[in-house]
Amino acid sequence: MEDQLSGIFAALADPTRRAILARLADGEATVNELAAPFPISLQAVSRHLKVLERAGLIVRGKDAQWRPCRLDGTPLRQVAEWTERYRQFWDERYARLDDYLKDLQQKGKTDE
Amino acid sequence: MSEKLTVTLPSDLEIVMTRVFDAPRALVFEAHSRCEHLTQWFAGGSPGSTMDCELDFRPGGRYRYVETTDDGSVHAFRGEIREVVAPERIVQTFEYEGMPGHISVETLEFTEEGGKTRLTTTAVFTSREDRDGMVSSGMEEGAGRAYDKLEALLRTLV
Repeated sequence: MEDQLSGIFAALADPTRRAILARLADGEATVNELAAPFPISLQAVSRHLKVLERAGLIVRGKDAQWRPCRLDGTPLRQVAEWTERYRQFWDERYARLDDYLKDLQQKGKTDE
Repeated sequence: MSEKLTVTLPSDLEIVMTRVFDAPRALVFEAHSRCEHLTQWFAGGSPGSTMDCELDFRPGGRYRYVETTDDGSVHAFRGEIREVVAPERIVQTFEYEGMPGHISVETLEFTEEGGKTRLTTTAVFTSREDRDGMVSSGMEEGAGRAYDKLEALLRTLV
């Protein structure tokens, strides 16, 4: 699970790859369609797609000529869940700090 | 009253958290600097948990926090205080004793915003595996809840 997450995080660490994923969130696309908005070569886009495919973030069609790319949301949900657990852990801790800071400030007032 | 906590992953070795507290900066800083305060809020992931605290709050000083939950499980954390600039900044190392040798460096920055305090914590890990392993180190308490909307996730990552 953690190794898989590392691969996903590595794939997501690049802004071009995140832009490709955002585009695929709107629906499947061919390599040419995906490459159009970027000032980089088709080969470079293909390399990004390979990284995304290895991380399980996208699935590519069987058609040898077109091989349209499609987003697979499952690994992204894993990352979302990971981030959400981290956030929730600290959210609860900071809620306790809120309460404690309130206590301290009230105590400060009564001491005066 | 307080602003929601945000967690972002700006690079594959970092986690950045920001949160606003409705209290003066000196007080929020103080709450991070002494055991008598830390024991009141830092631990407590489950009801009935207790925390032992040792903290030598000065550059080069060390700390060790041991949290014992009511079911008897024990989580210990330790590190070194590297930098103290009251009430602005704390830099410290963090190590979960259940995963010894995986040390991250945390920078806590306290900024004042109209009587409130924004705390920004940047944790830098030495490897992606270390960062991703953070959740399994004593953080099982918070139940996972996945976002349904992919767009929401992409926004946090971009």
